[in-house]
Amino acid sequence: MTSFGRPLTRNEDPRLLRGEALFVDDVELPGLLHVAFFRSPHAHARLLSIDVEAAKARPGVVAVVTAADLGEYWQPGPLLVPPPPVPGMVFHQRCQVPLVRDTARHVGEPVVMVLAESRYIAEDAVGDILVEWETLPAVGDLEAALQPDAPLVHDDLDSNIAARVHQARGDYAAAARAAHLVLKRRFIYDRGASIPMETRGVVASWDPRADRLTVWDTTQAPVVIRNGLAAMLGLSERQVRVVAPNIGGGFGPKMMMFYPEEVLIPWAAMRLGRPVKWIEDRLEHFFATTHERSQIHDAEIALDAEGKILGVRDVFLHDTGAYDPYGLTVPLNSQCTLLGCYVVPAYDSLFTAVFTNRTLVTPYRGAGRQHGVFVMERLLDMAARALGLDRAEIRRRNFIAPDAFPFDQDVIYQDFSRLSYDSGNYEPILDKALHAIGYDDFLARVQPAARAEGRALGIGLVCYVEGTGIGPYEGARVQVQGSGKVSLVTGIGSQGQGHATAFAQVVAEQLGVDIRDVEVVTGDTDQFQWGVGTFASRGAVVAGSAAHEAAKVVRQKVLKTAAAHFECAEEDLVLADGKVHVAGVPDHAITLGKLAGLANPMRGAVTPGTEPGLEATSYFGPASGATASGVHAMLVEIDRATLKPTILDYVVVHDCGTVINPLILAGQIHGGVAQGIGNAFFEKLEWDSEGQLLNASLADYLIPTALDVPRMRLDHTVTPSPLNPLGVKGAGEAGAIPVGALFAQAIEDALDLPAQGIEIREMPLGPSRLWEITQGG
Amino acid sequence: MKITIRVNGVGYTRDVEPRLLLSDFLRHEIGLTGTHVGCEHGVCGACTILWDGEPARSCLAFAVQAEGHEISTVEGLAPGPGKLNPLQQAFQDAHGLQCGYCTPGMLMTLTAFLAENPHPDEAQIREALSGNLCRCTGYQHIVDAVLRVAAA
Repeated sequence: MTSFGRPLTRNEDPRLLRGEALFVDDVELPGLLHVAFFRSPHAHARLLSIDVEAAKARPGVVAVVTAADLGEYWQPGPLLVPPPPVPGMVFHQRCQVPLVRDTARHVGEPVVMVLAESRYIAEDAVGDILVEWETLPAVGDLEAALQPDAPLVHDDLDSNIAARVHQARGDYAAAARAAHLVLKRRFIYDRGASIPMETRGVVASWDPRADRLTVWDTTQAPVVIRNGLAAMLGLSERQVRVVAPNIGGGFGPKMMMFYPEEVLIPWAAMRLGRPVKWIEDRLEHFFATTHERSQIHDAEIALDAEGKILGVRDVFLHDTGAYDPYGLTVPLNSQCTLLGCYVVPAYDSLFTAVFTNRTLVTPYRGAGRQHGVFVMERLLDMAARALGLDRAEIRRRNFIAPDAFPFDQDVIYQDFSRLSYDSGNYEPILDKALHAIGYDDFLARVQPAARAEGRALGIGLVCYVEGTGIGPYEGARVQVQGSGKVSLVTGIGSQGQGHATAFAQVVAEQLGVDIRDVEVVTGDTDQFQWGVGTFASRGAVVAGSAAHEAAKVVRQKVLKTAAAHFECAEEDLVLADGKVHVAGVPDHAITLGKLAGLANPMRGAVTPGTEPGLEATSYFGPASGATASGVHAMLVEIDRATLKPTILDYVVVHDCGTVINPLILAGQIHGGVAQGIGNAFFEKLEWDSEGQLLNASLADYLIPTALDVPRMRLDHTVTPSPLNPLGVKGAGEAGAIPVGALFAQAIEDALDLPAQGIEIREMPLGPSRLWEITQGG
Repeated sequence: MKITIRVNGVGYTRDVEPRLLLSDFLRHEIGLTGTHVGCEHGVCGACTILWDGEPARSCLAFAVQAEGHEISTVEGLAPGPGKLNPLQQAFQDAHGLQCGYCTPGMLMTLTAFLAENPHPDEAQIREALSGNLCRCTGYQHIVDAVLRVAAA
């Protein structure tokens, strides 16, 4: 029976469940040194002097490293993603540095690296370090940062503008003039953090006999880290092995490259000739691992009397933090994803990325898409009210028609290709969601009855698209082993997405083996040389397609080898259950393992022009991404006294094309929704006016618990992508993207806020803030 | 100072600093790295072990305090090499883990919970899980895993 498409349990689980799986902090090596960092206590300060003598003198301390000690190695990090090729674009590249040399630009920037015989001693020595600072005024507020007299995060620039990108098509001004209704609103989305349960960590070991460096890194992109480290350290790529073993959650920030620690730990291991380990503690994580989300949108929508969108204009500010090594991926995603499932004839969008004295901003699950969805969906809610239209109806009227695909959005997306939706069919998704949540019945019967009892029940309904599966490429090598098992090796790492199972299903489909007999290796640059990374919901699409292509070639090799063995035509062969036999003669089968041996002869020769082994390597690079879509619907009850919401029902209907494993897909959606709920309701990084983060602990920055995340009901439609051989679209981020917009709409509905002239135009929305809003604040 | 701690039925004698955390003792002194550390301030629950059968945060205890106590970790759950116990098996069957980092703490919390309450309902399960944070799963499949065990 085929395994593709079935809800199979995961290959990777037994080792994780027995506590046997390797995570970075599990790496122990003889002579291992441990690192702790002295980090900037100030958001903005000039470094005057550093005294490390007492730290150096502490027993057990092996080395203390400042920026000056790095010499030529001290360089700002590389620009990971260059700016998009949009005419008139402004971009000021200011990348993070390994250790602060002159000016600290956010709290937690590393200043001194201490290496000691234990982490305990290293932390003691950090306390011995004396640093003199001249503190400077800090900027955090986006609008204040753009005032003419604002302190400059980078004083070689004449403002805090990091970038400005204007994309426009159609004539918005004309659309607005012709419109029956123009609505203009301000929307605010505040900062949050991804909080993987495993913090970051790096272990590096230099082997002088092999002349090689091995680095274990909690990265989502081991090959890129390998290549970058080789270049920085003056090594060949073959001299550097980067291993991303099991990673305890990534969600985007582990895709950021290069963190200062990733640059420093390998350097120290080579310099000192001893292996070195640094594991981020949770406090460090809040300052030193990247954040996401602050944006302020001034948006307007123009509609005709029937509720058809004529145009949208959006001017927004995006907080990029103190540096911008990840380029403009996040605001570009916001800019493009705003267009959603809808026909928007005129679109005019201008964003300004702003430097602030805060931790860097890079993609976190959704990566700016939720901002765009929030703005568009809120505008539609408000327009529906103004026009007396039902919320579902206004969306339906504006959906891109199913026969309009591929649908050219005529804007440049994060992969720098022109954004074009490959396929989609939105109405069936909406209908399924309306039916599942009981939309009509709720509005006609349930809600009025609840209101009559004084209960505040509301419904939310939000549509979204998600650009997924972008290039440039991934690769995979499939090989039949002598044991008869099949190995699949790919360059991307895994942070819990179930690659060892989903990719095995792709390969098993071609090679007729049990998925337990497909050994998937990810995240080891010695095993596969090429790759980009696990991000943008692209693993299944890009690496999965590469695995599919490689497995197809191996299948041909298997059949060819077996045909020679049986002296028959390939068409007469049956490949199943790890064996090949001639049709009708199942008792005379040859195993894949034996065929692998035949394909690698010890004597004689392989046929001229052929290669040994049952092996193939394929690469897949889609010209552009695959566009997934979905609808989330929610019933919520708000406690009128405390304003605490209780989610009574939560429905997700999702279309990510062909589904490889519905069980893993469900898990991805559940997890995304949970993070969306956190982002909508619990999670807000609180800063004071001096740029100090006030809630940098899990006791103060609350992420959802099992009591906060409701049971979710999922359904799917399947509109395959024409852009890859599997027809798949990405699903990793979908759960998280629409939740903010959904909360806003459902809460408004529950409390009947629009009737009081109150709108929800910001996220996140804890009870305190909601109370202020209901009081007109 | 020299201490002996019994972990999963085996006594380990080591000379440690009084300030060494129990979590670091388990992971780095005796190499039982299945116990994970997520926050080191007692909130996330990843480092949960059983202390004389009761769930406890190993990041909030010093190793020296565990002398004379029976500590159980995730490595002690399976009935044998390559095997899973019913709770572990239910986690696999229900897809109750993704990255797997919080999982050992979840399993230890639930082991104690199910010993006390073998047939909990969903609300009780969610209450029991509320001290263990998971960032990947949204908890639903974890709850499903426990419901499977409870129904067995």
